[in-house]
Amino acid sequence: MELTTFWFVIIAVLWIGYFVLEGFDFGVGVLLKTVAKTQAERRAVLTTLGPLWDGNEVWLLVAGGATFAAFPEWYATLFSGFYLPLFFILIALIVRGVAMEYRSKYGDEKWRARWDNAIVIASFVPALLWGVAFANIVRGVPLEVRNNLIEYTGGFFNLLNPYGLLGGLVTLSVFVTHGAIFLALKTDGAIRERARTMATKVGLFAAVVTVAFLAITVTAYNDKLEVYGLAAIVAVAWLAALGANLRGREGYAFFYSSIALAFAVITLFSALYPNVMPSSLLETASLTINNASSTTYTLKVMTYVAVVLTPIVLLYQGWTYWVFRKRISAAQIPSPESGVLDFSKLPK
Amino acid sequence: MSSLDLARWQFAITTVYHFIFVPITIGMGFLVASLQTAWYRTGNTKYLKATKFFGKLFLINFAMGVVTGIVQEFQFGMNWSSYSRFVGDIFGAPLAMEGLLAFFLESTFLGMWIFGWDRLPKKIHLASIWAAAMGTLFSAYFILAANAWMQHPVGYTYNAERGRAELTDIFEVLFQNTAVATFLHTIPAAFFTAGAFMAGVSAWLLVKNREKAMATSTAKVGLVTVIITFVLIAITGDWTARIMTEQQPMKMAAAEALYETTERAPFSLLTIGTLDQSRPVFQIDIPGVLSFMSTGDVNGVVEGINDLQAQYEQEFGPGDYTPNIPLAYWGFRLMIGFGALATLFALITLWRLRKNELPKGRWFLPAMISMPFLPILANSFGWIFTETARQPWAVFGLFKTEDGVSPSVGAASVAFTMIVFTLLYGVLAVIEFKLMIRAIQIGPEVIDTSELHEEVELGGDSTKKLTMAY
Repeated sequence: MELTTFWFVIIAVLWIGYFVLEGFDFGVGVLLKTVAKTQAERRAVLTTLGPLWDGNEVWLLVAGGATFAAFPEWYATLFSGFYLPLFFILIALIVRGVAMEYRSKYGDEKWRARWDNAIVIASFVPALLWGVAFANIVRGVPLEVRNNLIEYTGGFFNLLNPYGLLGGLVTLSVFVTHGAIFLALKTDGAIRERARTMATKVGLFAAVVTVAFLAITVTAYNDKLEVYGLAAIVAVAWLAALGANLRGREGYAFFYSSIALAFAVITLFSALYPNVMPSSLLETASLTINNASSTTYTLKVMTYVAVVLTPIVLLYQGWTYWVFRKRISAAQIPSPESGVLDFSKLPK
Repeated sequence: MSSLDLARWQFAITTVYHFIFVPITIGMGFLVASLQTAWYRTGNTKYLKATKFFGKLFLINFAMGVVTGIVQEFQFGMNWSSYSRFVGDIFGAPLAMEGLLAFFLESTFLGMWIFGWDRLPKKIHLASIWAAAMGTLFSAYFILAANAWMQHPVGYTYNAERGRAELTDIFEVLFQNTAVATFLHTIPAAFFTAGAFMAGVSAWLLVKNREKAMATSTAKVGLVTVIITFVLIAITGDWTARIMTEQQPMKMAAAEALYETTERAPFSLLTIGTLDQSRPVFQIDIPGVLSFMSTGDVNGVVEGINDLQAQYEQEFGPGDYTPNIPLAYWGFRLMIGFGALATLFALITLWRLRKNELPKGRWFLPAMISMPFLPILANSFGWIFTETARQPWAVFGLFKTEDGVSPSVGAASVAFTMIVFTLLYGVLAVIEFKLMIRAIQIGPEVIDTSELHEEVELGGDSTKKLTMAY
């Protein structure tokens, strides 16, 4: 395999990691107030993410860093071109991270209620915008050659086309379902039941929009036969996830929804290949794995690094999932009404 | 303002802000790990109390460092796409390595540590804070190596056809002396910052007559850390200054507001320049010290700003190669000054504390309250100095800052994002600060000793209440 193709695959793998893992983080965040009614329930829901969310988010940072290193032109064009959507994602990730860490540092009800709202909104926004961004990458955006460089020349609203917005609905609904399945797997009692119901409801909606989105993708923005097969795997895996969820087999449901997400990313990247950002204006202005890539030397260096480190990372990150595998119930939450920094504990 | 000016302001604001939290994270990670090790080894609950208390403060700070760090990685592509295209072949590699080697380690094991008190055996729990701390160290190394390449580009060739710099030797990029020296200067500074933070908080508890046993120990740990690292910072600072004089003579000249090339150059204590900044009006100097700092010889020749400007015009063509002199001059002095002041406070306090007494006098409490802030100011001014005094270059001698900005992003977009970032960062600063103050006021929690000796099974006991929940 050419090194540029290899790195295209690596970038796809990193996005799979990111969407499978932070996908359920976002879903759980969106559902926080829907599936958890009492303070103890909310704390139980957030605690399922507690030890995991930050490590999940690193997949995004590594995807960004690896794109910078392996395909600088792609990184530069994408990040400067999708300026405002990425900015809103950044703002959401900032608020979300602080909200997760700070909500229970202080026991005040109002304080927690505000952070809960922040978590819901700041999970909703990126879950939607990632879909808009990826749909637009696949669809092609206005890229022109200026001063020998390929530049994005569309604006912000150019990204809000029907296909892009449909892509947003897909990631939003799929992440919410994935999050609901994760919660059903990781909690007990009333939360588990509500999460299972939500997974079915939102999951059916997700099935409809995803099938519509993939149908458009494979027919309009793809010229490869095998991509039809990949898209079919997404649909089958998704239905398997919903079926397993209905039967109360939450582990299987989570496995299948992860597979569906992974193959959704594979479908999009396969449709793209060998482009990384096709131009909607003229083919010669498209960014490809060749005109966007780093030198062979840099790709070689990065290959050694990735081949050595990725298995180690997978091993220890997988291990944390195993250590924190037990279900969490609201009954296990320590004195749910008091915060870590309870002011009543101030010495007189 | 142009999108260039706005992008520069945005970079300055978001980076200085991010670096308020980073040194505390690095230094405090290791200090908390050491406290927990002390508890593990001795079983003395005062160390456990200290671990939990400073661990909580560490986490309040850590969250801010994490979320503001994401902006840093996106910002190169968003506001500086031409820069990213030019340097990506080289600059991207350490960033990707940082993510893969450092960020995963930090975030995964810190998550284990936060939630692992009742889920992990003691030994593994202790190992996880050490792993997270090591992650912060790796992270610092890679990003400093990337920055060092901007100060002194090595291991590359210029590809005229593609109009970019291309990597030829990764080891030269990662291990050039600029990178090593900067790392050895920045890491002690991070420990210095964390030490001052710990000392300030502990001293406040002692003044309020609370938690005497714990606070005396942690005050000593903090103060000793400050004093030892000050020496290390001075040594590596001296090394850094020599490397800087050799690689970026203009920066050293700017730091000293030295306009004319001078033998036996003095160290300036105070300079007031003319308005056009081309010659000083009033100076107080110590003879020979600058020559010694830059060359190791009191009689050494130090090049002046005016000569370097002429020299660079010859080499790179017409243009202004002089950085903002007052900013460089004062940035350099304030870095040293704030650090030295914190060290002075630390020395006096530690001297009195050897007999478990506190310094008397009304200066003491304000001094201790200022302790956590002094190193933060020193760090900020140090970075403001070293980054602004490299200007007009983004990559010294190779790529100008003005050429780096994103051509496709308009000034209105950059202004909008800058305003929102600044407002959001302002609000978060207030929240973080209040939370920190509250956590300090509440003080260490009471340790329930009844369960301390039970060994925790991997994965924990799900019939019990959790000790940590969001």
